[in-house]
Amino acid sequence: MSTMPLHTEFDSIEALGAALRQGKVSALELADSALDAIQAQSGLNAFLHVDAELTRAQARAADDLLGQGRGGSLTGIPIAHKDVFVTRGWRTTAASKMLADYTSPFDATVVSLLEQAGAVSLGKLNCDEFAMGSGNENSAFGPARNPWDADAVPGGSSGGSAAAVAAGLVMAATGTDTGGSVRQPAALCGVSGIKPTYGTVSRFGMVAFGSSLDQAGPLARHARDLLELLDPISAFDQRDATSLPDCDGAANQPGRVRAQFDAAVAAQQEGGAKPLQGLRIGVPAEFFNEGLSPEVAQAVEAALQTYESLGARRVEISLPRTRLSIPAYYVIAPAEASSNLSRYDGVRYGHRTASYGDLADMTSRSRAEGFGPEVLRRILVGTYVLCHGYYDAYYLQAQRIRRLIAQDFQQAFADHCDVIMGPVTPSVAKRIGENRDDPTADWLADVYTLGVSLAGLPAMSIPCGFSSSQKPLPIGLQLIGNYFREGQLLAIADRFQQATDWHQRKPEQQ
Amino acid sequence: MAITDQDVARIAHLARIALSPEDAERTRRELNGILGLIEQLQAVDTQGVEPMAHPLSAHQEISLRLREDKAEPGNETQRSALMANAPATAQGLFLVPTVIE
Repeated sequence: MSTMPLHTEFDSIEALGAALRQGKVSALELADSALDAIQAQSGLNAFLHVDAELTRAQARAADDLLGQGRGGSLTGIPIAHKDVFVTRGWRTTAASKMLADYTSPFDATVVSLLEQAGAVSLGKLNCDEFAMGSGNENSAFGPARNPWDADAVPGGSSGGSAAAVAAGLVMAATGTDTGGSVRQPAALCGVSGIKPTYGTVSRFGMVAFGSSLDQAGPLARHARDLLELLDPISAFDQRDATSLPDCDGAANQPGRVRAQFDAAVAAQQEGGAKPLQGLRIGVPAEFFNEGLSPEVAQAVEAALQTYESLGARRVEISLPRTRLSIPAYYVIAPAEASSNLSRYDGVRYGHRTASYGDLADMTSRSRAEGFGPEVLRRILVGTYVLCHGYYDAYYLQAQRIRRLIAQDFQQAFADHCDVIMGPVTPSVAKRIGENRDDPTADWLADVYTLGVSLAGLPAMSIPCGFSSSQKPLPIGLQLIGNYFREGQLLAIADRFQQATDWHQRKPEQQ
Repeated sequence: MAITDQDVARIAHLARIALSPEDAERTRRELNGILGLIEQLQAVDTQGVEPMAHPLSAHQEISLRLREDKAEPGNETQRSALMANAPATAQGLFLVPTVIE
């Protein structure tokens, strides 16, 4: 018996939206079939909180709007949120014991904007605790599994988001990317994901990890579906102090990304058989070092050749400080985490230990019990690098190197190329439990994604191949654009997806 | 420069995290490993480079907004919604162990 949800019969959000508006399918039918599939595939552990009545209420509201002919681009479309976006309806745990019983009194801006656009939420998705990790193994509620191979990780930290999209449980999902947490799970699960320019999507209501790095972004099957989610959430928000009111002169509001995408697609169409004529693709030598597995290198090389056949030109570039992005990131992100997570004191919300003496004892025990090992590790590292006496040597030095890394990207864009491409990860998804005894082994695998995060640039991952293992595992291609070039990036990805079918491959149901 | 037991105790105290003796020992080993990784930063010449706090400052002038320093009136419903997640409350107050005898 098939348990694939109804929405999987449609190739895109656009096609599903049209069927909804024409009354060929109802939002409630879609929601019910997705709820059934989530239940049937609960072994994936992609979802942490499901509430059928909340979902069905949203679906009925969508059907009412559709019935009145007032449906928008997302009305009735089944999506789900990473469990670091706070929601009034569903619990928000950030996959932590610390917040196991937390229900937010308000919705995150991203959640509100998608609800206003009519999307129906199926619930909250598993992730690494407080978004710290790259395998979804750091969830207090157990690892999510990779739909291509249940023994493999789905990547992280937005692992539940990537797994849910890959398994067809939802059309699209929200994620967050601090050091690669949208791009890396998208790559490892064979779906598409985009991290937009820092400051374009509101962080209000996102459980904070590294505030100068955190950025929300969607995951979906392909670039056109990503556009449908990214465009409505790219908007200035007074409640996020780092939200940008404008993007190179264009107001930061819905319609900006779509207009850029449409213009880029129109320009491609003028190119005829060579739609990407004139596009210069920068390929950083440092992304093809000895740590890169041959099968990932081959798949990325084949993707670059596809781009060349579409008219693009390849340019060798250098991002000389690529390796330094690892130590710089693992100073800055833990420093910000130690500061952000100091709010969990067992007083206003969150876990409180059962037995304690004075106030300090209560806080220290509550935190030791509530946080998992990776979160504790990062808080302690962050506290250390911010200590008096080390602040200059570690934290400020990392911030200086961060500027040099950002300048390297700017030089590449100014002198050599329009877009940068390379691998997302050094290898395909690892086994669940691998590297358990070496907590920093996974950190080193973030080498291709961290620089972008430190620089605040927009970047994507799109499927570009599979490993040759008995159960083939997906490989991702990374596309990095200059600031505010999200629409252009999506159009470049879309052109690849018109020429290839990697994004259409679906895992067999486990 | 290796991290000692005393360093771990100080960091754990600053971070308000209670560590058992075994946890403290494991933390010391892990932090020393991590220190080896982040020590690479020291070798880079960054003379004259301004630390970058906001990533977009590589691209444009950034000035962070502050909202007006003005209290927004709340009401009892909002107060109870905001306090609903607290482990212990009474009469609109968060309860903690006695601080002043």
